[in-house]
Amino acid sequence: MQLYFPLLPCVPTKGASVNPWMAKEASMYKTETWNWEVGQRTIADMTPKSDHTWQEEIVMSPDGEKASAIVCLDDAEFSIRTNDDVSENTFEKLWELTYAANGDLCCYAMQDEEWTMVVADKPWEETYGFVWSPLFSCDGNNIATAVQQDMEYGMSVNGSIWENLYENANNFAISPDGKKSAAVVQVTPMGQADLKTFRNGIFSIAVDGIAWDTHLMNLWTPVFDANAYRVAAQVRLTLYDYSIIVDNTLWDNTYQGVWNPLFTPDGKHVVAPVRQGGKWGLAKDGQLIWKATYANCWHQQFSPDGENLFAIVAPEYGKFTVAVNDVPWKMRSPVITDLAVSPDGNSAAALANTLNTNWQICVNGSTWNGSYDMAWKPVFCPHSSSVAAKVRKNGKYSVLVNGKNVGGEFDMCFDPIFSDDGGKVLIRGVHEGKALRVVANVPN
Amino acid sequence: MNSLYNFAVGPLAWAAFIILAVTAVWRLWSMYNLAKQKDASSVAYMSWQFSLRSIVNWLIPYNSLGWKTNPVLTAVTFIFHICFVVLVIFVTPHQILLENAFGITYPTLSSEAADVLTLITIACCCYFVYRRVTNVTVRYVTRSNDWISLGLVAAPLVTALLGSWGVGGEIMPLLHVLTAEALIVAIPFTRLAHILFALFTRAYIGSEFGGVRHCKDW
Amino acid sequence: MSIQDRKIDDEGLAYGVSKLTTDKIQQTFNALINNETGAKLKAFSETCMRCGMCAEACHFFVSHGNDPSYAPVGKVSQTMSKLLADNGKVTPDDIYGMAQIAYTECNLCRRCVHYCPIGIDVAYIMTTIRRFCHKLGVTPQYIQDTAHSHSATMNQMWVKDDEWIDSLFWQEDEAREEFPGLRIPMDKEGADFYYSVIAPEPKFRTQLIYQAAAIMNQAGCDWTMPSMPGWDNSDMCMYSGDFEMMGRLKRQHYELAQNLKVSRIVMGECGHAFRSIYDNGNRWLGYKDYPVPVVHSIEFFAELFEQGKIKLTGKIQEPVTIHDPCNIIRGYGLMDKLRYVAHQLCDNIVEMYPNREHNFCCSAGGGVINCGPPFKKVRVEGNLAKANQLKATGAKICIAPCHNCHGGLEDIIHHYDLGIELKFLGDLIYELMEKPE
Ligand code: SF4
Ligand code: SF4
Repeated sequence: MQLYFPLLPCVPTKGASVNPWMAKEASMYKTETWNWEVGQRTIADMTPKSDHTWQEEIVMSPDGEKASAIVCLDDAEFSIRTNDDVSENTFEKLWELTYAANGDLCCYAMQDEEWTMVVADKPWEETYGFVWSPLFSCDGNNIATAVQQDMEYGMSVNGSIWENLYENANNFAISPDGKKSAAVVQVTPMGQADLKTFRNGIFSIAVDGIAWDTHLMNLWTPVFDANAYRVAAQVRLTLYDYSIIVDNTLWDNTYQGVWNPLFTPDGKHVVAPVRQGGKWGLAKDGQLIWKATYANCWHQQFSPDGENLFAIVAPEYGKFTVAVNDVPWKMRSPVITDLAVSPDGNSAAALANTLNTNWQICVNGSTWNGSYDMAWKPVFCPHSSSVAAKVRKNGKYSVLVNGKNVGGEFDMCFDPIFSDDGGKVLIRGVHEGKALRVVANVPN
Repeated sequence: MNSLYNFAVGPLAWAAFIILAVTAVWRLWSMYNLAKQKDASSVAYMSWQFSLRSIVNWLIPYNSLGWKTNPVLTAVTFIFHICFVVLVIFVTPHQILLENAFGITYPTLSSEAADVLTLITIACCCYFVYRRVTNVTVRYVTRSNDWISLGLVAAPLVTALLGSWGVGGEIMPLLHVLTAEALIVAIPFTRLAHILFALFTRAYIGSEFGGVRHCKDW
Repeated sequence: MSIQDRKIDDEGLAYGVSKLTTDKIQQTFNALINNETGAKLKAFSETCMRCGMCAEACHFFVSHGNDPSYAPVGKVSQTMSKLLADNGKVTPDDIYGMAQIAYTECNLCRRCVHYCPIGIDVAYIMTTIRRFCHKLGVTPQYIQDTAHSHSATMNQMWVKDDEWIDSLFWQEDEAREEFPGLRIPMDKEGADFYYSVIAPEPKFRTQLIYQAAAIMNQAGCDWTMPSMPGWDNSDMCMYSGDFEMMGRLKRQHYELAQNLKVSRIVMGECGHAFRSIYDNGNRWLGYKDYPVPVVHSIEFFAELFEQGKIKLTGKIQEPVTIHDPCNIIRGYGLMDKLRYVAHQLCDNIVEMYPNREHNFCCSAGGGVINCGPPFKKVRVEGNLAKANQLKATGAKICIAPCHNCHGGLEDIIHHYDLGIELKFLGDLIYELMEKPE
């Protein structure tokens, strides 16, 4: 599993809700313990078995040694198949099958109308009315989830539920080490179509279940810093005044709009896109550091040392690119997504597309040859010298490393992972029903 | 009187046209800049193809839903605009002025034909007045500037006709020139500004309907 | 007649107006003109010839005995023209009326564009009035509550995260009895499309999710449904004038697709959401086109029929008429595809007139129905035109591929006692398609 970064306000992500630069630094996979012998190996024949009613989408462990899928054995009888074995634990319903970074297989499970999380084949002791939005610490050892219990809402971390639950909760987050969790919570009940109560502010942020005493109209996308458990979030103070809140304290200035805030790597400052005079720029602790000149500006990221600041921007209406320290790349595209910053902080890669097709991979402003029906977020090697990306063309998946096809074609595949020294790349995929594990040398 | 007239068709006319040119260019230019600055998300969709498509289709009488639903007004509108433009260009005195100024010659209307066209155009104006007063909707939205614009258009026509019939002696041609100059100068600042902008609003909505909404706008 | 003679009590409008002063109104108006509007509004306002040609376009006008205060230009003259003429110096009471006009007496249907020789977009002017009223905090109670819901939950009906997922599981379970092995795949990365709906579906009309799942299943689509917020494509913020929230909603909707790496979004039979996605929301985010193609159900069903993926057991024989929803026909030109699909399903189609891009609005669109019960009478009585159109067809069934149109037409059919049954295309396809024994 690659760390899946929180690009979206309140969309549960499959990775820790952390500053994105963290991931590369805190090497989340123990790749040194994996088998890096070059070559291809069949892990298992994952063709659905005839005695199963159906088999769901296949996931593969980070090290590529295991392939798993939810299988339906009978009416309301679900289990998990890993390689050729089917777990003996069955449930009435299973969903959201995910490998954590440490290789634990996790899944939501329901039995007798009670939901819980199953980690490495062991269900948590606590059960809930409902569970969703799994969040993992960088190393995958800690797991948080959104929970509903008796129609009250909150979170549970490693199977212990918050002490306080709320009328509603959403926009869930966990700290990079997985020790703390946070969410936007509704602290005051509100009647139907009650405009006044809403405008007085009924929301706040609860960290480990304890709500801040500032109650606001709206809050979105709480995010933790690297290690001090500080939390920042977007807020809307009135119907049209937006700002940022950091540890229960609002910025002094308000804006026409804001997007997701981000802590600097040292955790001392917060940077967020802000809208002024109809244009977007970046503000740090409430002061503009990139003047508001862009038609849009979002997905900002720091280099690990905090020296370089990257963001996806639209210097002109309808034309997007990446800006580095407020200087846009020369290339333009109708859409730019999936910005990735290298571990050394000197390079960035992103994806360009037109109408969600003709995907191209851009590294430091220049575009690789070839365009694809779909592409996935580029991955840098630990030394920043190589970039890989998973792509799809005409229904076939493959992995590009430094612009070249490596490891062949698959019916589906997962994000590539580099070895510690950056010399090899692990490609995991499924082809003609077989789960494959390919280790290839990195081409120059 | 003569020198006054000469002044009116000479320096004053130049002045009127220069004022029109300058203010028109200034209005169009500032509108363009305003659009670029604040309507970027609209300007981006301007397309020649869809602009022309829309303009052409609206230039055909009874082609659009609007023209079809208002048959009399449509006839009057087309006749009025065509006659007005023909008169402005093709009456002999105008051609003579142009010849004196730039040496341009071309065939012109006989004075009888000009009179008939002028009458028709005045009749159109009368219809506009009638409609403004009797049509409940139009009356509901009519303000003084609608009357001013109508007056500004009608005045040179009426004075031209009276002049051609010899009513009022020398004063009429002078009044004609002065009212025409008033009209020229007023274009960018009154409802007559549609002369400058209508093509662009049409082109814009045509582009939006063609390019974004995949649909005709007539 | 003028708006002053027909004010309707609404808590939201009253509450908003109670906090206004003439100064605040003027300040807000100047800020709007200086910071937000540009050449478009200026040109439209100056170039309008006050010819009244647009009057006949509007169902409110024709249904109210040609009352000029309901004419498109009549509404402009009571709102924007007045504000511009007075430099924004109007009373709170004036604002009440302006809000009522802009929110409840114009469906932003753009039918009047087909009537105006100058090309003036009255819907844009009314939208700008709504924007102004939003900035003043003067919005009808129910649509504002919907906007609040959007901001708090990213859907329009206060549906909580778990309720959404639970409804999907529930519908999957139900559908499995009829279609063994049916799945609603959740969060399937790289699928061809994710299917998006509006929040009333999980809340009140789960049958529609059931039908969609059945159709996708029978047609063998590579599809998914997202478990995460962003699944709701609806957008009342676009209509309340809260453009910032509109942008935020659309960002969530698109990024959900971008994160799931689906090739496109297929949306249910809804009109306004489509407008929000391809026309308004994308622009606010700086996208010239939509970043992820959004395919309306009409196009999607047409595609399934063209590829022979849906097999029917028969066709409807009774007379059926078609209502053309503004946002997908005048707004996106899907009239031929709509007819193609309708003819696949019905043998006896009776067109209503005017139709296609000239069709009359249902009078529920543009957020009007979302302004709630206080304004129901206005929109129903304001659409006698539609009732007459429907009656003239003699049809027993009317296809209306839009949620808002359904709401609006239902009220009209009831009020004028037309005895017509309303159907979504999905209803008919589900009814007619081959099913396992
Ligand atoms: S309801 Fe439609 S026709 Fe009437 S004014 Fe509004 S946009 Fe124009
Ligand atoms: S038809 Fe156009 S120009 Fe005439 S009154 Fe209506 S909006 Fe104005």
